[in-house]
Order: sequence, then structure tokens, then C-alpha cells
Amino acid sequence: MPILSVEHLTHVYSQGTPFEKTAVRDVSLSINQGELVGIIGHTGSGKSTFLQHLNGLLKPTAGKVFLDGEDIHGSRDMLHSVRFRVGLVFQYPEYQLFEETVFRDIAFGPGNMGLAAEEIRERVLEAAAFVGVDEGWMELSPLELSGGQKRRVAIAGVIAMRPAVLILDEPTAGLDPAGRESILQNILDYRRRTGATVLLVSHSMDDVARLADRLVVFHNGAVVMDGAPAQVFDRAEELKEMGLTVPAATEIALALRQRGIDIPESIYTTKYLQKLLLSLWESAGGEG
Amino acid sequence: MTESIIQMEGLRFAYPDSERSAVAGVDLQIARGSFVAVLGHNGSGKSTLSKLMNGILVPTEGRVLVNGVDTRDESRLLEVRRTVGMVFQNPDNQIVASVVEDDVAFAPENLGVEPAEIRQRVDEALQRVGMYAFRLHAPHLLSGGQKQRVAIAGVLAMRPDCIILDEPTAMLDPIGRREVLGAVRELRRGRGMTVVLITHHMEECIYADRLIVMSGGRVEMDGTPRQVFSQVEKLRGLGLTVPETVSLLDGLNRSGILPAPLPLDALTVAECADAVADVFRRREKK
Repeated sequence: MPILSVEHLTHVYSQGTPFEKTAVRDVSLSINQGELVGIIGHTGSGKSTFLQHLNGLLKPTAGKVFLDGEDIHGSRDMLHSVRFRVGLVFQYPEYQLFEETVFRDIAFGPGNMGLAAEEIRERVLEAAAFVGVDEGWMELSPLELSGGQKRRVAIAGVIAMRPAVLILDEPTAGLDPAGRESILQNILDYRRRTGATVLLVSHSMDDVARLADRLVVFHNGAVVMDGAPAQVFDRAEELKEMGLTVPAATEIALALRQRGIDIPESIYTTKYLQKLLLSLWESAGGEG
Repeated sequence: MTESIIQMEGLRFAYPDSERSAVAGVDLQIARGSFVAVLGHNGSGKSTLSKLMNGILVPTEGRVLVNGVDTRDESRLLEVRRTVGMVFQNPDNQIVASVVEDDVAFAPENLGVEPAEIRQRVDEALQRVGMYAFRLHAPHLLSGGQKQRVAIAGVLAMRPDCIILDEPTAMLDPIGRREVLGAVRELRRGRGMTVVLITHHMEECIYADRLIVMSGGRVEMDGTPRQVFSQVEKLRGLGLTVPETVSLLDGLNRSGILPAPLPLDALTVAECADAVADVFRRREKK
């Protein structure tokens, strides 16, 4: 059974005013337990509006969202629990740190769940460890940390609620390659150890191509593609027309095909392209 | 007029309360009219270096000369700032007015430029970054890439000799990035503007004349992008990646299966594909 399912979701901002805008239009989608889904779409494609429905931050203009089969707007209790079961990490979450110490900031979410102090403490330390927040930072003010460290604290604050679904809106934006890689690995670790479902919004096609089991592409408020990375990047030309990029490996593979090298299938990671080229080389005649 | 527009000598800088020097001994000259990219991971000192180049920060040791003017000379700071304009990472922090053209006019107004001349400079600057059609729009309703281009126009309207862009695309989506990089490359046409681009995106450096790699407050590598990116090991050692094109070529070379190593300076997708296709073609002929 899918953990999350969305049926005919439509969201209209400022309905009935001259500024009325349909941000999401009739989207239906199911997310399976444990999946890692990459969400792609350029700014204004509706993906952020869509995601904010998944933990009840926005109420659909039409349509329904189900978590574990239950309508999230079905009851007040349900809506309350959804906030903890579906954790949402916004873009640049470091701007939302507000507590006096790192510990208290991470503890804010679990605190709202009404947990005992000891349990909160355990969760804070566990979440901190997941994302590489040093224990020595716990009593520091978040303001004393660097941008990358603050980002980790903010993510820990969501993880500390132990959400079954973790949604991250561009968790690596603005970080350097080493910082990017380390945060992505932390997210993968969290998923591996908890079996959580992860939805990852990213502008980096190379990252989503490498990590996701499935990609969902938003365009003009609708889902226009939904499938395995290979299927989606097979439609490189369409993606480009939508103003999206494709992984560098897909571009190189296209260029090689134009130069008469017989690359049989869709390519979206450099490692795989390399493997394929080497096997082509060997199968076509050994030493050369 | 000297050949180099910015000259850094024995440069060191430490932030107050920090024992570590953010810039720890840099000697560099930026040639007039060149397009220089500065690459480095967070904390490498690249942003600090850029702020030293237009007197936002003054050196703890050593000196920076901008058009021959020492940035420590407070009486001539305005001159330094007019020569070297700066664009920052977050477009939202750089826009002050509620109409695009007023925002672009802000700096020349402060410099006491005549109104007719301001009009001309504003129009020209907006045209150069492709934002003229938006001159009467409200900046807060623009996309990130558009806002950042307005910020660039605001600097252009001061008519600086040199423009420094400190991670101008870090907060933008791919479309915004493309727009801003297009505008940056456009800056070099005609007037011989010096452009310094601070970034941690490898791909953005490909079109620079010169690529400087910073680490631990020092210049670790300095050369053309081709020279720098072909040193895959060294870059990785500094915690940086190489463009996917180079990574593929390097991986193929490492396999030891190909008869001869592929050139690691094939940076663009087309060059990379040419290099690979060439090896395959040559074998077919045999």
C-alpha cells in the first residue's frame, strides 16, 4: 500500500481575486513506503505548493491527500499528527533557526509532540548524529555556526520528529561539492536505517539521477513525467524544452551517439557511461 | 595605467576574534580586461579575497592596489569602489528600490551623476543584462535570475572597470543560472571590462581566461581552466570535483584499456565527445 497518495489535487492561490493563480492542477500520485523520489521542475512549476500539501501546511482547493490510507484533513487529530509523520525541510532552512541554543532548536519539533524530556533528549542526540551535528555545538547559539552547519541543525530538527516521510526542498542549495555530498549521504543513511520514505527536490539532475528510484517532473502545475530515471532522461529533448537540464552524462551520451558511437540505452550517470564505453571497446575487438 | 587592474602583495587577512587567517599569504595580479574565475570550497578564503579586492575589507598584512590606489587609503576609498563593483550571492539583499530602473539608478545618483546621464547609463546597463523590458517592474516580483541581473545592471551603471561577482548563481535555479552566466559573459564584449567570478561550480569556470583555485586561504592552483581541470588528483585532494566531462575521460584513462590516454582538457560536452569518438574511430580504421 502506498504511504502517501494524492487524488486530483488542485490548488488555487488568491481564489476569487484578480491575482487568482492555479499553482497545482489536478495532480494524482502515489508514493510507496520506502521510495526515494526525486522531484524536478523549474521555479514556478508548482512543486513547492504541491509538497506543502503533503503535511497539511496547505489545504487543497480540490482533491485529497491520504497518509497511510487516511485523509489528512479528515480530523483535527489526524492533521496534528501529520505534521510529525511527514517532515518538511524547506529551502534554506537555516533561516528558520530561532532558539537560543542548537539543542533547543533541534528539540523544538519533538517538544511539540508532547514527549517526555528524556525521550526528547535521546531524539535530539540521535538526529544530530545522523546529520553530523557535533555534540560540542549543542550549547552554542545557532548564530555562531557556519551556513553549512546551520543547515545541518535545521535538518536535524525535522529528523528528530522521526518522520516516516521526509521531504527536503533543495537541501544542498548553495553548498560546495563536499558539503553537498555529505548532506546527501546523511539523508541516505537516515533512510537506510529507518526505512523512511524520502522526497527530494533538487535542481541538480546529476544528484537526483544518481540517488532517486523514481523521478516526478512538474511543469505548469501538473505532473508531466513520472518514472525511473532512465525513462525520464530518455526524454531529454522534452526536458530541455521545459527549461530543465539533463545530467551531464546524458548530454555526453547524446553527443557520442551523434558522432556514430552506438550507445544503446539511456544514460544518466557518468559511472555507467564509462562502464558502457569500456565494454563497447572490449566487445569490438580487444587490444585495438 | 598599469597592466594589472588589481594587484595583491603579501596579502593576509584574519577576521577579528579568529586565530586563523582567512587569507594567508596571497600574491596575485588581475590583468586588465581578463575574465578570472576563483574556485574553492566553503571556507577556502575566496569570498574574503573578493572583499579585499574592493576595500570592503582591508588587509591585516600586505596590500591591495586597485588601479594603483592602496585600499587602505580611506580618502580614496570611493575611487576604489567606483573602479571595482561587486555583486553578491543573494539578490534579495542587494535591491533597494521598488522599481527596477530606480534601483539601477541608485548608485549613479549617489555618485552625483547628472540626471540625463543617469537615464542613459540606466538604459544601457539594463539593455546589457537583457532586463530593459522590465525597467518599470517591481523587483520583488521578478525571478531570482532576473533580480540578479538587475543587481548586475546596478553595478554596471557605476561604469566600473572591474566587476566582481561573489557566487552570483548559488541561490538560483538552472534557468536563472543560465541567464546570469549569459549576462556575465556578455559583460566582456566591447568595453574590455575585467570580470572576477567567485564560484564553487566547476562548469561556470570553463569559459574564464584564467582559473585560480583557493584552499586554506592560499592560491593552490593558477592557470587556464584546461590546465587546472586536467589535474584531477590535485583538485580532488582539495575537496573539489572536476566537471563530469573530465571525470569521464579520467575514468576511461584509469581503466588502462584504451591504447593511449585521452586528453583531460576536453572540457565541454562537444570536446569530450569528440575525444572519445576519435579513439573509437581510429581503431576502426586499423
